[in-house]
Amino acid sequence: MSEERALVAHQFETAAQQRSAATLGMWVFLATEVLFFGGMLMAYTVYRVMDGAAFARASHAQNILLGGINTAVLLTSSLTMALGVHAAQEGRRRRSVLMLSATMVLGALFLGIKAVEYSQKFAEHLVPGVDFRYAGPDAGAAQIYFILYFLLTGFHAIHLTIGIGVLAVIAFSAARGRYTSAYSTPVEVAGLYWHFVDIVWIFLYPLIYLIQVYR
Amino acid sequence: MSPHSITTHEHYLNAGYGPRSWLLTTDHKRIAILYMLSITFFFFVGGFFAFLMRLELLTPDGDLVSAETYNKLFSMHGITMVWFFLIPSIPSVLGNFLVPMMVGARDVAFPRLNLLSWYIYVVGGLFTLAAMIFGGVDTGWTFYTPFSSTYAHSNVIPVVIGIFILGFSSILTALNFIVTIHTMRAPGLTWFRLPLFIWAMYATSVILVLATPVLAITLAMLGVERIFGVGIFDPALGGDPLLFQHLFWFYSHPAVYIMILPAMGVVSELITCFARKKVFGYRFMAFSLLAIASVGFLVWGHHMFVSGQSAYAGMVFSALSFIVAIPSAVKVFNWAATLYKGSIAYHTPVLYGFGFIGLFTIGGLTGLFLASLALDVHVHDTYFVIAHFHYIMVGGAVMGYLGGIHYWWPKMTGRMYPEGWAKFAALVLFVGFNLTFFPQFILGYLGMPRRYHVYPPEFQVLNVLSTAGATILGIGYLIPFVYLIWSLRHGKNAGRNPWRATGLEWLTPSPPPVHNFDEIPVVTGEPYTYAGEEEQRE
Repeated sequence: MSEERALVAHQFETAAQQRSAATLGMWVFLATEVLFFGGMLMAYTVYRVMDGAAFARASHAQNILLGGINTAVLLTSSLTMALGVHAAQEGRRRRSVLMLSATMVLGALFLGIKAVEYSQKFAEHLVPGVDFRYAGPDAGAAQIYFILYFLLTGFHAIHLTIGIGVLAVIAFSAARGRYTSAYSTPVEVAGLYWHFVDIVWIFLYPLIYLIQVYR
Repeated sequence: MSPHSITTHEHYLNAGYGPRSWLLTTDHKRIAILYMLSITFFFFVGGFFAFLMRLELLTPDGDLVSAETYNKLFSMHGITMVWFFLIPSIPSVLGNFLVPMMVGARDVAFPRLNLLSWYIYVVGGLFTLAAMIFGGVDTGWTFYTPFSSTYAHSNVIPVVIGIFILGFSSILTALNFIVTIHTMRAPGLTWFRLPLFIWAMYATSVILVLATPVLAITLAMLGVERIFGVGIFDPALGGDPLLFQHLFWFYSHPAVYIMILPAMGVVSELITCFARKKVFGYRFMAFSLLAIASVGFLVWGHHMFVSGQSAYAGMVFSALSFIVAIPSAVKVFNWAATLYKGSIAYHTPVLYGFGFIGLFTIGGLTGLFLASLALDVHVHDTYFVIAHFHYIMVGGAVMGYLGGIHYWWPKMTGRMYPEGWAKFAALVLFVGFNLTFFPQFILGYLGMPRRYHVYPPEFQVLNVLSTAGATILGIGYLIPFVYLIWSLRHGKNAGRNPWRATGLEWLTPSPPPVHNFDEIPVVTGEPYTYAGEEEQRE
């Protein structure tokens, strides 16, 4: 009990209070994040309603296969994250470190594939403001599509990078035996963040890649 | 009287000296003081810009500053006052100081995040300040595209980055308050036993958390458009300028409620304490705060009646704007009902409370003029709008802030402010404020547009009156600045509870000890039990 008390910060009365505060804090932060991405999705909605056909044509430049692989990679990373949280809650140190590391590797793999896609866009002159040559009747709307593509996936990638950094710290602490079955809040809270980043991609993938299939 | 004297007991101010003990503190009370110093600095910076504008408007000709300089003055006045003074004012100063104490906690839920939010504020502030000193910005605080993204030749990007950074400070403070209020209330302190100030902080925090990120992403898209020259909002590049306005006002209209709700919370505390009566209609007061916060998210389109949005959208936004008036009026009537048959003690804080009620009522009612579709066409972008929102923001929010500062000054410093001077300053501010802004209602109605540095000669008399009022107002702000500093050394010892007020913050010695409470208090009843004094007599 005294060991447990030592992990409670001075402003809290009990470990349970500290835990619910940390969890609620992350949920509130995620609410902020939803609105942050919401601003861009609002812009996407407006322009797609204005010229949906142009958006669909522009989306042909996307590589559905790479996007699909990335979706699978990120979904798998959510699975390993959930397993890592579960292992930490059960106090299984080795397993939680392994799962957290797997999550980071999958996240990095996602970023690597994303980088390949970005470089293809540069090669195909599809980067607005830097090098944009679009052969088609609706170059204006296509340009907006690619601006929003880079904004949405760029901010998503930044979030993912931060997520990998957070997991690196968490995995390091886990390896040193910081988390026990009595105290694993940081792993859980990091897990919430990771799942959020994953869910954002679940929205981005159809909005960016799949509109060509739908039409 | 408290057995503690300010010099003997250990409290948050004498718990450590030197810059490290302040710059690395995680004590919510010290962070509140850091915020108070920073926002006071920005208040005087913003006031200086306003002073130059009023000086220019003394004469019809543009004889003091050029049109370009004047554009920069009103832009930087707005940016400084909105983002670096008004939005952080009551939440970050009084909220930081009081929220943990009012809920009976030792600190906010995330003390280090709290300190981080101050540092983010400072970085954003210095960024913006540097951008202002080295060239300024001339877009207006609203950054309307395509002017801001394509045509303006001023420091748009650095200022936008500064505001983007600042937003995270607001979000972190709000997040801290929401979590603290949810999870750290003292035993027995149920939601309907909370002081109304806490309800106000809660409603404000919800707006901050949900609206600020939209501003951040909007400014980011504006920056992308300006840096890369690609069209998101510029119609010449294929973008939609109305989209920018929608996104901007989705944040910036709720931002008005970020400014006024905390002041409503303060005024509720002042009125009930100095009327020595339980607040009238506690639950209605709490729910009307939440109602203003939620309906306030749905009215942004009333800034765009003449922007070319659809007439049906205009009608809906107009109707919703009228609906906000209902919870606002509930609050005004309930304050009046609280005062009715109260035994009112006319101390300085309640004078600011009275000022707030009167000026907020004028500001709110003129808001209904502006929410009416046809009338708005006439007064849109005139001084009528300027007068309206200054009645809300200065007459409302700043009066609330000053009232709160006076009310809790004894708690924060352990010293009383000089009552005579304080009453005098409150009177000067009230007179100066009305003389500054009431003529602007008339000017606007007569057709004087905002944001011009020259005007037809027939408007001069009213402009001279307004400038004279601004001078009085400026002096009015300097008086408390001087006597509050004076009181730190020479003020009378305040004791634990000079106002005989209810509320957990008054149970602690003044100034409070570092961890606020030796024993976490147990709450057994409703707030504002002043009624006892009346009922016992009967």
